[in-house]
Amino acid sequence: MTTIAGYPLPVVLGQLVLGFVNGSFYALLSLGLAVIFGLLRVVNFAHGAFYMLGGFVAYLLLNWFGLNYWVALVLAPLLVGCLGIVAERMLLRHLYRLDPLYNLLLTFGLAMMIEGFMQQQFGSSGYTYPVPQALTGVYKLGFMILPIYRAWVILASLTVCFLAWLLIEKTKLGATLRAATENASLTQAFGVNVPVMVTLTYGAGVALAALAGVLAAPITQVSPHMGTSLVVVVFAVVVIGGMGSIFGSIVSGLMLGFVEGLTKVVYPEASTTVIFVIMAIVLLVRPSGLFGRD
Amino acid sequence: MKKHQILGAVSAMVIATALAAVNPAAAATDQVVIGDIDDMSGVYADVIGPNGLEAVKMAIDDFGGSVLGKPITFISADHQNKPDIGASKYREWADQSGLTMLLGGSNTGVSLAMAKVAGEKKVPFFAVGAAGSSLTNKDCTPYTVHYSYDTTSLANGTASAMVQAGGKKWFFLTADYAFGTQLQEAATKVVEKNGGTVVGSVRVPLGTTDFSSFLLQAQGSGGDVVGLANAGTDFVNSLKSANEFGISATMKPAALLAFISDIHALSLNTAKGLYLTTGWYWDLNDTTRAFGKRFFAKTGKMPTMNQSGYYSSTLTYLNAVKAAGTTDSDKVMAELHKAKINDMFVKDGYIREDGVMVHDMYVMQVKSPEESKYPWDYYKLIKTMPGEEAFGPLSDSTCPFVKK
Amino acid sequence: MQITWPRRIEIALLMFGLCVPFLGIYPVFMMKLLCFGIFAAAFNLLLGFSGLLSFGHAAYFGIAGYVTAWLRLKIGLPTELAILAGVAASAMTGLVVGALAIRRQGIYFAMITLALAQCIYFFCLEASFTGGENGIQGVPRGSLLGIIGLQSDVSMYFFVLAVSVGVYLAIKQIVGSPFGQVLKAIGENEQRAISLGYSVNRYKILAFVLSASLAGLGGSLKSLVLGLATLSDVHQSTSGEVILMTLLGGTGTFLGPFVGAGIVVTLQEYLSDRVGAWVSVVIGLIFVVCVLAFRKGIVGEIAKQFRARQVSVS
Repeated sequence: MTTIAGYPLPVVLGQLVLGFVNGSFYALLSLGLAVIFGLLRVVNFAHGAFYMLGGFVAYLLLNWFGLNYWVALVLAPLLVGCLGIVAERMLLRHLYRLDPLYNLLLTFGLAMMIEGFMQQQFGSSGYTYPVPQALTGVYKLGFMILPIYRAWVILASLTVCFLAWLLIEKTKLGATLRAATENASLTQAFGVNVPVMVTLTYGAGVALAALAGVLAAPITQVSPHMGTSLVVVVFAVVVIGGMGSIFGSIVSGLMLGFVEGLTKVVYPEASTTVIFVIMAIVLLVRPSGLFGRD
Repeated sequence: MKKHQILGAVSAMVIATALAAVNPAAAATDQVVIGDIDDMSGVYADVIGPNGLEAVKMAIDDFGGSVLGKPITFISADHQNKPDIGASKYREWADQSGLTMLLGGSNTGVSLAMAKVAGEKKVPFFAVGAAGSSLTNKDCTPYTVHYSYDTTSLANGTASAMVQAGGKKWFFLTADYAFGTQLQEAATKVVEKNGGTVVGSVRVPLGTTDFSSFLLQAQGSGGDVVGLANAGTDFVNSLKSANEFGISATMKPAALLAFISDIHALSLNTAKGLYLTTGWYWDLNDTTRAFGKRFFAKTGKMPTMNQSGYYSSTLTYLNAVKAAGTTDSDKVMAELHKAKINDMFVKDGYIREDGVMVHDMYVMQVKSPEESKYPWDYYKLIKTMPGEEAFGPLSDSTCPFVKK
Repeated sequence: MQITWPRRIEIALLMFGLCVPFLGIYPVFMMKLLCFGIFAAAFNLLLGFSGLLSFGHAAYFGIAGYVTAWLRLKIGLPTELAILAGVAASAMTGLVVGALAIRRQGIYFAMITLALAQCIYFFCLEASFTGGENGIQGVPRGSLLGIIGLQSDVSMYFFVLAVSVGVYLAIKQIVGSPFGQVLKAIGENEQRAISLGYSVNRYKILAFVLSASLAGLGGSLKSLVLGLATLSDVHQSTSGEVILMTLLGGTGTFLGPFVGAGIVVTLQEYLSDRVGAWVSVVIGLIFVVCVLAFRKGIVGEIAKQFRARQVSVS
């Protein structure tokens, strides 16, 4: 068996491929978080809870209404996004004029409520969501067998990330959003309805989280706590990438997926912590993140 | 009303009700209070969990609902797989609620913490759900009874069956806490004794749902068996992943601990051919079938080994209390060690000095869908291990107060 | 000497505290409440008085608990020394984390404390002395100074009560001192404090270390009370709980953290048996309501109304 630095090549490649899959998830999730922070200055601790709701809505759509995966991919983000809009209008709205720490705490409390409620209704252990028929099967890559579904996840996440980046950086709508972030009153003076934009942006960010949840459902079990451990990791990704930068969060999400994969070869138990070590280092050396503009 | 008045009133109400709640109930003497602390909603909820409560209630009803002239009380709690919650609840019940016997549910780590409380508070502890053999070795107490099974018997059954069937090079996927480590240790001993080798292992956090990267490591090790030293939904997920990533084609999965609830969740198609070791199966004989059908009527599922273990241990305890004529822990433990247990769970079972309830263990193989003739017809019996063979001789025990 | 209302409330609570074992209230429950009260009060030193949100404060609470538990169980070190060692461990941890974190402000400061707390959690998971997922169990309480046995719940309770009162008074002292005044100034307007010539970073680090040490004191006591040190103590969720307790009780007040701890611990104890996972929903709801409407917390709101009344009366 060929080796790289003493580790068998098939193992390294295999973990990198899986790392690519995880990285795409991180990219998609951190995209939503970065959008919300970049444009709203809200540190959305409830992001993991909305991700979890996305998965659950997909599961319930299948089991209660017989609606398949492809419908869920569109419907779940819409439904959860609406929930996010309700949360923004009723709760977050009141805190914008205060220290950003308060909206962090609010979303933290919101996450507890959502997760607690789902746990009460559905218990802690997970529910299986089947891989959609069209995506079953595997690719034989030689060094490992890759389920087709995982390749799809990579494709879908990267496409969505690219489209979002395009929207925000290259279109007029995106430009208006960015203007509203930098100077809300001036933008409003130009006739743009800033509060509506803010609400819709939060909804969009939440919808992205829910989309990630639907994509994740066939891989992990759909369970009330599927987002809890993930949200802190995603925060680390966003901080590393730069809290205002969409591009930064996408790139660092992918990068960190690879780093995590490599760590699993060398020191598996540390794979969950390596991201935080990197985050701490980045924050100390370059606080605005690798691509940040703050 | 002003804000602060509302707050003050709410706080006062909360404090008042809480104080009322935490006030102890006066414990009547010779009143039997049975407690159950188990994982009710997490990874192991289907192994015993809420349906296990039914088994205990059935036992209490079958016994007559009262003993020594007083009604039997039954309380339960969810330990959420946290040792501190399990231990604190046990201690609180012993201090405040007059607990006379605790049924220990799944999770060895929590049961180890609870065993310490058993020794401290001197309240009999029936560890039914936990596998870890250390409960009757270095962590033993005079008040612990390890009832249904343990890691030693699981390894002696499943690991030796698989090594003898040709699986010589083992890679372990181990749940990262007491249970997984002890199961891996026991299996390693058996593998090596039978001429096999362990080529590697990886520790996996409890509750992991995506095993892909761990299985990839297994594949990279060049082994021919992947020993799944985990249980409950961990086992179900790891086996599914092994199939998904084609690992099962080159490495045979070893189900070191599997319950009928897991096989039911996996379906025979996925689980066929697996060897597993169990202390009880509903379809063994007429008595087991009768109990199985009663339990099924109440819960819609056939009982796992531990759920029927709950039924049997409750009856065994109540019989011991009746024989002792008191709920005094030392007298009841003395009766328990004298008892010969003959019920739907075991024939000629007895509780050894180290706390092990010695009884036959069965090595089973999961049937294929074609071989299964009716619902829940999942196992075929490969071998019956007599108690002393399954659990090892008393002389092997490292329990400090066992005289050898 | 005029006995003011706040003083009356303090005395009433102390009287109540002294009577607890005789009122039939479960001492272990009260002790747990007091340990978390100490933890919350320590946290409040940072959040309420210095304006610093530490997102991973459970790290100091838990590390001290582990150190004390290990020293008691494996080495048999006398109880008071084991507690001091635990406090020292959390002080050192606080020094390291604080020194790193104060280089940034606001959200970034909070995020660094979070990242480092996760690393500490990982360390506790992997290190052999902590026992990983199993934790350290069966920790003997020993005796105080070799004289007063702490095995009995009642004597342990009075010890914990004494320490809690000590912590309460110590925090009052710290906040009222010139050092405390500077901390408050930094919390209100850091730029102004810098322009006034204070070496702000030194003050912040010292506050952080003090807070970590006191949190450690709470953790050490808790592991002796319950006889266990487990991963739950260093987990993210415990960090979240202490934030909730402080916010609910009232940041910037002295009794607030204890009141908040009391309510949260009581809710968890009382509700979890009866309503299972609804506890999280209730606690989350309280959190949300507090952030929206009762930002001063219970004690804070009461104090505010009280002061307003006093002014209008006089």
